[in-house]
Amino acid sequence: MKIEFLLNGEAVSVEGESPTRTLLDWLRENRGLKGTKEGCNEGDCGACSVLVTHNDENGPAYLAMNACILFLPQLHGKAVRTVEGLAEGDTLHPVQQALVEHHGSQCGFCTPGFVMSMAAAHQTGETDHNDTLAGNLCRCTGYEPIVKAAKATETAPVSVAIAADAINLPTTGALQSDQAYMPQSLAEFAPWYQENPDATLIGGATDVGLWVNKAFRDITPVAFLSQIPELRVISETDTGLRVGAGVTLNRLRAAIKTRHPEFAILIRRYGSMQVRNAATIGGNVANGSPIGDSPPALIALNARIRLQKGTALREIPIEDFFVAYGKQDRSAGEFVESILIPPQEDRLKCYKLSKRFDQDISTLLGCFSIPVKDGIVHDARLAFGGMAATPKRASVVENALNGRPWTETTVRTAMTLMGEDFQPIADVRGTVEYRLRSAQNFLLRYFLEDQGVRTRVLEERP
Amino acid sequence: MTVNKPLPHDAAKLHVTGAARYVDDMPIPANCLHLAFGLSPVAHGILKSVNLDAVRTFPGVVAVLTAEDLPASNDVSPSAHDEPLLATDKVYYIGQPVFLVAATSHAAARKAAQKAVFDIQELTPLLTIEDALAAGDEFEAPLVFNKGDTAGALETAPHRVSGSITIGGQEHFYLESHAALVMPQEDGDMLVHSSTQHPTEIQHKVAEAIGKPFHSVRVEIRRMGGGFGGKESQGNALACACAVVAQRLNRPTKMRYDRDDDMTITGKRHDFRIDYTVGFDGDGKIQAVDFNQYCRGGWAQDLTAPVADRAMLHADNTYHLPHARITSHRLRTNTVSNTAYRGFGGPQGIVGIERVIDHIAHHLKRDPLEIRQVNYYALTGQTTPYHMEVTDSVIADITAALLASSDYKNRRAKVDAFNAENTILKRGLALTPVKFGISFTLTFLNQAGALVHIYADGSIKLNHGGTEMGQGLFTKVAQVAATVFGQPLSSVKITATDTAKVPNTSATAASSGSDLNGMAVKNACETIKKRLIGFIAEKWGADPTAIRFANGNVETGRQTLTFAEVISAAYQNRISLSATGFYATPKIEWDRKAGKGRPFFYFAYGAALTEVVIDTLTGENRILRTDIIHDVGKSLNPALDIGQIEGAYVQGAGWLTTEELVWDDKGKLWTHAPSTYKIPACSDRPEIFNVALFDQGENTEDTIYRSKAVGEPPFVLGISAFLALSDAVAACGDGSVYPDLQAPATGEQVLRAVLHQQGQEL
Repeated sequence: MKIEFLLNGEAVSVEGESPTRTLLDWLRENRGLKGTKEGCNEGDCGACSVLVTHNDENGPAYLAMNACILFLPQLHGKAVRTVEGLAEGDTLHPVQQALVEHHGSQCGFCTPGFVMSMAAAHQTGETDHNDTLAGNLCRCTGYEPIVKAAKATETAPVSVAIAADAINLPTTGALQSDQAYMPQSLAEFAPWYQENPDATLIGGATDVGLWVNKAFRDITPVAFLSQIPELRVISETDTGLRVGAGVTLNRLRAAIKTRHPEFAILIRRYGSMQVRNAATIGGNVANGSPIGDSPPALIALNARIRLQKGTALREIPIEDFFVAYGKQDRSAGEFVESILIPPQEDRLKCYKLSKRFDQDISTLLGCFSIPVKDGIVHDARLAFGGMAATPKRASVVENALNGRPWTETTVRTAMTLMGEDFQPIADVRGTVEYRLRSAQNFLLRYFLEDQGVRTRVLEERP
Repeated sequence: MTVNKPLPHDAAKLHVTGAARYVDDMPIPANCLHLAFGLSPVAHGILKSVNLDAVRTFPGVVAVLTAEDLPASNDVSPSAHDEPLLATDKVYYIGQPVFLVAATSHAAARKAAQKAVFDIQELTPLLTIEDALAAGDEFEAPLVFNKGDTAGALETAPHRVSGSITIGGQEHFYLESHAALVMPQEDGDMLVHSSTQHPTEIQHKVAEAIGKPFHSVRVEIRRMGGGFGGKESQGNALACACAVVAQRLNRPTKMRYDRDDDMTITGKRHDFRIDYTVGFDGDGKIQAVDFNQYCRGGWAQDLTAPVADRAMLHADNTYHLPHARITSHRLRTNTVSNTAYRGFGGPQGIVGIERVIDHIAHHLKRDPLEIRQVNYYALTGQTTPYHMEVTDSVIADITAALLASSDYKNRRAKVDAFNAENTILKRGLALTPVKFGISFTLTFLNQAGALVHIYADGSIKLNHGGTEMGQGLFTKVAQVAATVFGQPLSSVKITATDTAKVPNTSATAASSGSDLNGMAVKNACETIKKRLIGFIAEKWGADPTAIRFANGNVETGRQTLTFAEVISAAYQNRISLSATGFYATPKIEWDRKAGKGRPFFYFAYGAALTEVVIDTLTGENRILRTDIIHDVGKSLNPALDIGQIEGAYVQGAGWLTTEELVWDDKGKLWTHAPSTYKIPACSDRPEIFNVALFDQGENTEDTIYRSKAVGEPPFVLGISAFLALSDAVAACGDGSVYPDLQAPATGEQVLRAVLHQQGQEL
């Protein structure tokens, strides 16, 4: 298995490494490139951020990614820049120069990661720095001088070297070994998986990376799905928006923004820029986690999931996919192929509650679509994460809303029934009582927002 | 003069290019072994046996050591010798190192360490302050500071309120986890690279661990990726483990903690419960206060005694307490041994009195600001609860300046109007001050050394006992040397802190780094300068009193010489161009048992105003705006000082809001990774964040260029975020119920307090 990519502008090929060797370990241990730091080894701190360039459906994509949960095969055919590959001779990249001038580094350990996130944002022109830097933790500065540096470089010219990476990407062949497989089409992959149903499927590795780094699991054989074009497609169809399982959260965020702006706002708080550049919608759904953030939104939107086994396709409502904790309606050799979001009046609101606003796992997540016609509720869909062993609808509460007038009395009556739908657990993120009370209050918030009441702390300005 | 200038951090360019080298980045020597600890899975128990067969046979494992294999001292404690490197007959917390694996790779060592089978007879663990109190398990008898007749004054006070606040601990979350690299030298000596704030202690503990005198061990540290107190004593275990294996196998050894291991094994900020009763008059003027501080030390002493002392020493903050009794309990529990963390108990003590002020204001239905101002220390003449006269209290002036710059009056009115108009969202506003005592309370630690060389080309090399963890100490100290010689900063190079160059150093802690080391460096430079002046006077016939070192040159009064020219001539005339410097803080003396003396050389002051918004449906909250004015005396480097203040505020606010440590009922820390332990992220900083240095700042004591220490004091300003949340909660009720917010004020805590205002419980 020969993995080929550009490293700081130079072509490299890697052979003989385990398919779950992380880019971070390889950079530090094999290449002696020690500017990229290990802060947490789980994709939460961003100290290992690198810039990955490839060409996607919309042309060159410049992506900040966490090297600690990026397996080497995922780079096949792409370009990587590390902090060592930014300055041109003695001339610092504008973000590097600005960080020096604005006193943006103190201990300096997080700095390479910030530099790479900032360089990626600078290359693409993104200026929502709270968003682009949400995946980089700094314990020294309080972020103020870093954001000042980022603002100061907004209008500086972009890096020619980084742009050149997109042009100079290596043309690569297929990757295949006993342990790893990187199929190039659905036609190749589907029969292979049917024959290798115990293989671990890897979309973006943002969760699987932790199985390797923290749980020391041997997950081979593995299949990397990122180069299957069919899984990367987002298409408008007669029946709705079809989203391939391999679509990253950041691409979904852009695609869903007009149709369901609340879903896009929710995705903004899903992991971080680095995580969303890697993580796929298929992975988030297929994992079946009770605290995954996209399933409640998709359930509220009455989405359907299409599964494929060999050449056979079947499509089911997504809420039926989650059978029990750790158990999904997916047979051996079957995989998530796409998600379908049907057309509908946009009544979606997503309420994510977490200890920290950015890059935090939900204590609970409520995604509601409550259509009202002539003052009467119909077809309410209230889906929750973090309230049960699976993402789950609040059917009893829904029944108490449907057919009734959209009034505070109706809402308050329905709220009291939340305990019939859910018996949440207490954990590190919150107590039973907090979850239940907040779940009830989410419904009240939905109603009050409809009446124009200010309820969102994130929208408050000084 | 390079002092007073906002120069960038000396390593800034290295930071941004990834070229700054940390311990884990050093080239790994050939034949190096990688170490990992096997950790106790039980919080309290008798260690009957450990089956290590599967560890020993794991591919890549070269050696496995238990306590029995240690050659000399089995102790990594910085204080009471109660902290074995490897557990012996009992285990005391989940995460305690029990055995040591040496393997050919970091991954192999970590994986092998999971393979042990423990036979531990479980005993009942004491996990909380309440558990330890009930069991009467205290490290020492409660310490009491007394001033006046507290009981009598409480009795006669017109008003009295009582309450209690719990204050959670805090994980340091330095971005660089602990690391050590040890290389055996000839004659059994060891060269240790350690990410430590206290190289001398590493030297001592390593020497004891391998049974050698201190001179056999040399410890070097160029920089840490953050410390915050977490690397004052907690690096001992890694360095000793590496040295023991290096000695046994005569191979280089390296150990670095994975993040989860680091958070599980190493100590954190002490959590506290503070009970209080305060007596006051109708203006809110405090007549007497009685504090009971309960401090969770964890399983071993570590630095609990001085941390708890400092909490007592800050129970007054900026307020004159005519009668005060402060009782401190230091409790032993079966949790990780808590340790130094920025502020070192001071912030916890200050939370206590700020809570009291807030409670008084609520009782009298007054703006807490007025209660603060009426109780502020006068500029001079009043004494603290430990009988030290306060002679430099500029807090009233700082507050006045902050009220003006932050537009307090209008903002208060706007917040009140907002709360009247909005039912779901409520805003809160709070101003809190800080007075922070500067000096180690263990008086002998207030000393520092330096070593300065000038080479024949005029370039200057500098060493001192302080360590660089991001605070900019090296930059500030280099500015001092450059100023003495009238040289640009670029002519001064600071090299790694090294116990072979400057011996017997104190930890870089207690905010004292630039005070102590700056003075030691200045003294060393002055020694050389004096020799140069004598030489110049003789050689060039100059009047010694007219000679000036400035702008890169030496002005003799008769001619201008280049610095390089003078140095070259001095060298050829056999003038010594190297000197040591030493400094010991004057005027301080302290009797901790009696609670009397002058533990601090001076105080640093500041104040912050924070505005927050809360959601009364979920308790979610945001810091919207923060204004700070902080006194750093005459700043050695305004840019670095403002950086310290901004960073400290955000870290302090994080401590009291999102940073929640959670243990399960078996004593296992649940929050052992950034996925579950939430330090502030970028968007959590205040959207408007105005930080200014107090423009009249000047240290009344003779410190280095009249500057003041800055590392810890502004951390305390984060309390304004907590009390702003309390203010917002108070707006949810009719004013009859005190918010009684507990820290950290997570969303859940805020919702709990909001419901309490509304007569409900969560």
